Amino acid sequence: MDATVFGAWVATGLTLCIFTFLYKDNPLFKLAEHLYVGVSVGYTIVKAYDTVIVHLIVKPIFEQGEIALLIPVAIGMLMLTRYVPKAAWLSRYAFAFIVGVGSGLAIPRTISSFILRQIEDTVRPLLSMAGGDGVTFSMNLLNPSSSINVIIILIGVISVLFYFFFSIEHSGPGKIVARTGVIFLMIAFGAAFGYTVMARMSLLIGRLTDLIEFSDASYGRPTLWLLMVTIGVLIVLSRRSQRKPPQES
Amino acid sequence: MIFLRRQLPLLITMITGLLFAGQYYVPHPASEQLLTSATKWLQIVGGFALVLGVTSLFHQHAAKIRRKEEGWGYSLVLYAGMLGTIAVGLWANGKESVEGAATAFGWVYSYMLVPLQGTMFAILAFFIASAAYRSFRARSREAAVLLIAAVIVMMGRVPLGEYLIPLSGDVSQWILNVLNASVRRAILIGVSLGAVALSFKIIFGVERSYLGGGKE
Repeated sequence: MDATVFGAWVATGLTLCIFTFLYKDNPLFKLAEHLYVGVSVGYTIVKAYDTVIVHLIVKPIFEQGEIALLIPVAIGMLMLTRYVPKAAWLSRYAFAFIVGVGSGLAIPRTISSFILRQIEDTVRPLLSMAGGDGVTFSMNLLNPSSSINVIIILIGVISVLFYFFFSIEHSGPGKIVARTGVIFLMIAFGAAFGYTVMARMSLLIGRLTDLIEFSDASYGRPTLWLLMVTIGVLIVLSRRSQRKPPQES
Repeated sequence: MIFLRRQLPLLITMITGLLFAGQYYVPHPASEQLLTSATKWLQIVGGFALVLGVTSLFHQHAAKIRRKEEGWGYSLVLYAGMLGTIAVGLWANGKESVEGAATAFGWVYSYMLVPLQGTMFAILAFFIASAAYRSFRARSREAAVLLIAAVIVMMGRVPLGEYLIPLSGDVSQWILNVLNASVRRAILIGVSLGAVALSFKIIFGVERSYLGGGKE
């Protein structure tokens, strides 16, 4: 059997096994679920081996003579002392190194990219220069950098930040600002939800497209055959569970 | 001994933290080289962290098989999937294709990992829809705003929605590019302030939970 045809049968079977969860939790789904975990962990291990062991350790040390790389290898090995209770404290050196470097790298970069840059993009001129005619105020909502949108973004950022600022009681004018922040948050959550749903729908369409493609005769119609098998297995499993006497608690 | 067990790790954190925070402000090739090396070192040390995670998963399922707990057969399937993928992956030197032809590892990726991952996330579409039905009933003004924004964005992302409500595409873009962007920006600023504060606490030894518990 051709690898592509065999692949079509495997992919179809696994897809249908996962879809059976829409009926209820069942052994077919659990089988595919555990296989998914196993294959993804295996895939991650192989990729990590190829990237870290082969390309970052073995090749640079043996082909380019970068002996200094033995230091991070030794630090990494210290992590494994977690399995030896008496020497487990040695793993702290590895964590101290990772956390220290990570924190040090994060401070200037976060301040620069995520705080100052974001504030700079928020506080922009409300009026723009338009040739020799002087300044204009753009009302075009579809242009994110138009003057009206600059004001809306400014109001959104300030009100949301104020909503999460609990050092001042949200009363009087503060309550109005905080309420505006809530409205902005709800719109953003709604937008994020809608966007996620459509992304999932796109994945679903992709899977259904594959199932339709694999119902072709050139693949041996795995979709049709395996759909019948899956339904049959679900019926058998359902009958078995009905016959099983209820377990005493 | 307490110096080696507790104070030296804190000292390492402080020195490395201050060194790499300062590195950003030194525009010199040696400083850039230090950053490149540190990034490589972090990747290598991070690779060993993966060993910890995988070993934990391995132990958990091995215990399940040894004790013949309920569903131990699924743990065997997990082992088979993992070891099989590792075997074909090492056989193919971690490459999915060689000179345009898919390897066995590439086959596992295309016909097992992609369908499993895609379908697993795709079925979430149904659960999100049912969750939305239960929670999206406009019980309050805020819920109504959330519902309207979600519907507009969903309509604006598909041709049918734009056909039914011609303005939905533009309004959806405006919601995503302006309203959503402003909220994301505010949250990003807040989270970043927190991250910077936490980094300072870690460097100066105020936050020590990453060292774990146990004996001093």
